Amino acid sequence: MTEFIFPRSIPLACALALAVLVVVGLILPDWAMFLATMAFSKGMVALGVVCLMRSGLVSFGQGLYYCIGAYASGLMATWIGISDIFLMSLLGIIASGIVAVIFGPLLATYRGIFFAMLTLSLSMILYGTLSKMSVLGGTDGLNVSAPTFLGYHPEGRALGLSLYMFTCAVIVVYGGLVRTLFDSERGLISLAIRDNELRVEYLGTSVRTEIAVTYIVAAIAGGIGGVISGAAIGHVDPEYAYWTTSGEFVFVAILSGYFSIPAVFLGSVVLEIVRSFSNLYFPNTWQMSLGIFLLIVILLFPKGLGSLLSRSKKPEKKQ
Amino acid sequence: MSATILTTENLNKSFGAVTAAREVSVAVPDGAVWSMIGSNGAGKTTFVNMVTGYIKPDTGRILFNGTDITKMSPRQITRLGIRRSFQIPQLCAELTMLENMLVSLSINRKHKPSYKRSARRPSQVDEAMDTLKRFRIENYHDRLMSELPAGVRKLLDIAMAISGTPRVMLLDEPTSGVAAEEKFPLMDLVMEALSKSNVTVMFVEHDMDIITRYSERVLAFYDGEIIANDAPDQVLSDKIVQQYITGTTK
Ligand SMILES: Nc1ncnc2c1ncn2[C@@H]1O[C@H](COP(=O)(O)OP(=O)(O)OP(=O)(O)O)[C@@H](O)[C@H]1O
Ligand SMILES: [Mg+2]
Repeated sequence: MTEFIFPRSIPLACALALAVLVVVGLILPDWAMFLATMAFSKGMVALGVVCLMRSGLVSFGQGLYYCIGAYASGLMATWIGISDIFLMSLLGIIASGIVAVIFGPLLATYRGIFFAMLTLSLSMILYGTLSKMSVLGGTDGLNVSAPTFLGYHPEGRALGLSLYMFTCAVIVVYGGLVRTLFDSERGLISLAIRDNELRVEYLGTSVRTEIAVTYIVAAIAGGIGGVISGAAIGHVDPEYAYWTTSGEFVFVAILSGYFSIPAVFLGSVVLEIVRSFSNLYFPNTWQMSLGIFLLIVILLFPKGLGSLLSRSKKPEKKQ
Repeated sequence: MSATILTTENLNKSFGAVTAAREVSVAVPDGAVWSMIGSNGAGKTTFVNMVTGYIKPDTGRILFNGTDITKMSPRQITRLGIRRSFQIPQLCAELTMLENMLVSLSINRKHKPSYKRSARRPSQVDEAMDTLKRFRIENYHDRLMSELPAGVRKLLDIAMAISGTPRVMLLDEPTSGVAAEEKFPLMDLVMEALSKSNVTVMFVEHDMDIITRYSERVLAFYDGEIIANDAPDQVLSDKIVQQYITGTTK
């Protein structure tokens, strides 16, 4: 199959990636830094979709956790005045984790279109509920005050830069953890589940547990993504859980494939760029340009952009 | 006389109007090598499916080492040490041969599979390669399943089932789909690999030469029922078996 071109040692690869991201951040103009922060936070959610995709499952409702993360931190900020990004992230992890622990084992018995539709309905239930609840701002949502960083209250460019740096640290750490998971025994079993569940059960391990755990890992990534997006935009609303939002995460996951983790964040950046520019030049038809773009990617790289970043160990031809 | 490792008591199973098992009772001694014969649809695979928990019998009990396993899942039964291979090999098509083997090893450790330990750590890769070597299929280790000849797939299917500490191995037609001249070499390899693990073997087979050569005892299935249970010579010369199964009336 494939082997990653980055250094085999995961901590080393992470340190390298972080260094590059930090240096890039220092020279980025403000608008691009915001774009990158948003792309990376959404990339976290897409990374969750990718985790599930490895086991052969597509979640069309990852917006559920994106929204839960955003609201959990947004509400705490409004209600008890927490603005520290570390605390907010922790809240996002706890909130999305709890919901995933409840739904994961239930959803883990479903496959294919049923799994996709159930994840979609859960997110739409949240969307509907939030839209109707005026205490939580209804369809208008709520504003999130600017985040602070362990007592540091940056403003202006420093605020954007701090949030960008925080986001980079988060994606590098979570990315490293997910890489470790993918390479682990369980990670290989996930790939096997995608291929042949019967065999995996007959080897003596529970497919359902495996999928439930993957679902929780994916949900937590989504929750953290929601916290960061909320803090970056300064606003959360029910749209976070809307099905088109979830669709974008699936889009990025397909765009990037499931072989390379950096590819997921790159894919997310590509989507944000395409979106910003299409919005600028073809405000009414940007979805169409997005569609055409995805079509081209699928035709050229059926295994996603990640297949460019990983070296394929093609089996040798028969003698 | 060694102890009985696997016992089935009056197993019955119907699928609608089809009766796939009728009062199936056997007691297999530890370390035995038995075979199962019977025409298509006689209930051989159903027997394997019931013993491994994939299908639950309508009535009857299955005991493994004295433990009632009738209601256990395939996963629990596998963990106890009853393994099987499949009539149609069950492999992971998008993984290479080595990766398939690594999946099997990762699952069959004393501890549960890890979220941290690399599946491709050198020690585990070596172990996987050693197992593949036992079956002489290691040259195909980097091939995908679609590129493997039928016999190699069969062997990989068995190699995967054997990891950990198997006690009973049920082989469902290990030589089907394999060219006639490869059947004996394949069975030799399988029996040699299994004898190292000292497991009780029950294999389904249509080839009477293989039955005679490799098994100590034969179960003859007909219409869900065991109509003969004896040494190969006895069973193969049985008039009823000849009439209904082997079709050789001398
Ligand atoms: N899951 C099932 N659902 C319905 N009918 C089944 C099922 N499994 C087996 N049968 C039926 O039970 C009977 C016995 O099937 P079984 O697969 O055990 O036969 P077999 O002896 O293995 O035959 P073969 O040599 O063709 O593999 C057949 O008539 C089959 O159609
Ligand atoms: Mg059969």
